[in-house]
Amino acid sequence: MAGAAVLGRLAAPLRWRLVEVVEVVPETPSAATIVLDVADWPGHRAGQHADVRLTAEDGYQAQRSYSIASAPEDPRLALTVERLEDGEVSPFLVGELRAGDRIELRGPIGGYFVWEANGGPVRLVAGGSGVVPLMAMLRHREAAGSEAPATLLYSARSLGDVLYREELERLAAAGGGPRVAYTLTRERPPGWSGYDRRIDGDMLAEVFGPADPAATAFVCGPTSFVEAAADALVALGHEPAQVKTERFGPTGG
Amino acid sequence: MDDDDLRLDGNSLGGLLGEVFAWETTTARGTCASCGAVGEVATLVVYAHAPGTVARCPACGSVLLRVVRASGRMWLDARGLSALELREPA
Repeated sequence: MAGAAVLGRLAAPLRWRLVEVVEVVPETPSAATIVLDVADWPGHRAGQHADVRLTAEDGYQAQRSYSIASAPEDPRLALTVERLEDGEVSPFLVGELRAGDRIELRGPIGGYFVWEANGGPVRLVAGGSGVVPLMAMLRHREAAGSEAPATLLYSARSLGDVLYREELERLAAAGGGPRVAYTLTRERPPGWSGYDRRIDGDMLAEVFGPADPAATAFVCGPTSFVEAAADALVALGHEPAQVKTERFGPTGG
Repeated sequence: MDDDDLRLDGNSLGGLLGEVFAWETTTARGTCASCGAVGEVATLVVYAHAPGTVARCPACGSVLLRVVRASGRMWLDARGLSALELREPA
């Protein structure tokens, strides 16, 4: 029975698999999306991540976690990786990896920072490349035809650092699409009409409106960003259990 | 880098624990043996930059889990947890 086979796969420990890179798509000067062909991928949920492992010729191994950017409905698995200058893995993935190369991957991983399209309204707060799992949620929402209210507040250093900008604009412009608000913390283009400061309680209240007990908030980004935004949401009356957080650390490199 | 940015959360334990646990671990609910707080593993405070990985209770700071993965072994010290409730995959 097909269902039993799927259940069997889900209930197995994670294992590394060698997967082929189909395409490396530059997103910004410092980030790229790695599209992978995973023959026996068991499927994933929006918000989950995967681990990537590289092995040097001398046997030295380094592994990092990266959020899955693609919707569960997308037949191709995509990870978006931001290059950290002093990183051990990301400079290779963003600068040197090519179509046809193979990397080791394990996943999908996680079940907490996950949103299902039938899961009610979502309020998404992204700091930098913390937008990646939230993008998977917005892509899932669109692919599933969900009408769940969705709002994204995305903090980036500059407009050039904004990932998926064209796609976000397209999604936001479509009928029933998510609302998207930006704050640019370092550099703004002339005539910028969005926010220009770090996320704070006033901004969260303006963008999301009053706390809604039916809504789930997902906050992803660097640790200090996530903790400040989550604390501010709770101070605005959001139930702590409805504010889900995922911190990117130095191991993201 | 800010020292605060060395602090992760239990989402980051998924890959490590997933090597040996067949059921999803980050949505498992742990009970702190020190203060009795109950919460999902994903919400624990995690430090992963040392040779081992340490997970602390977000309520009282007690060490709940210590995991070392090296030389073909996993060493798991869970004495800070009085219980861990895992949910069967749907």
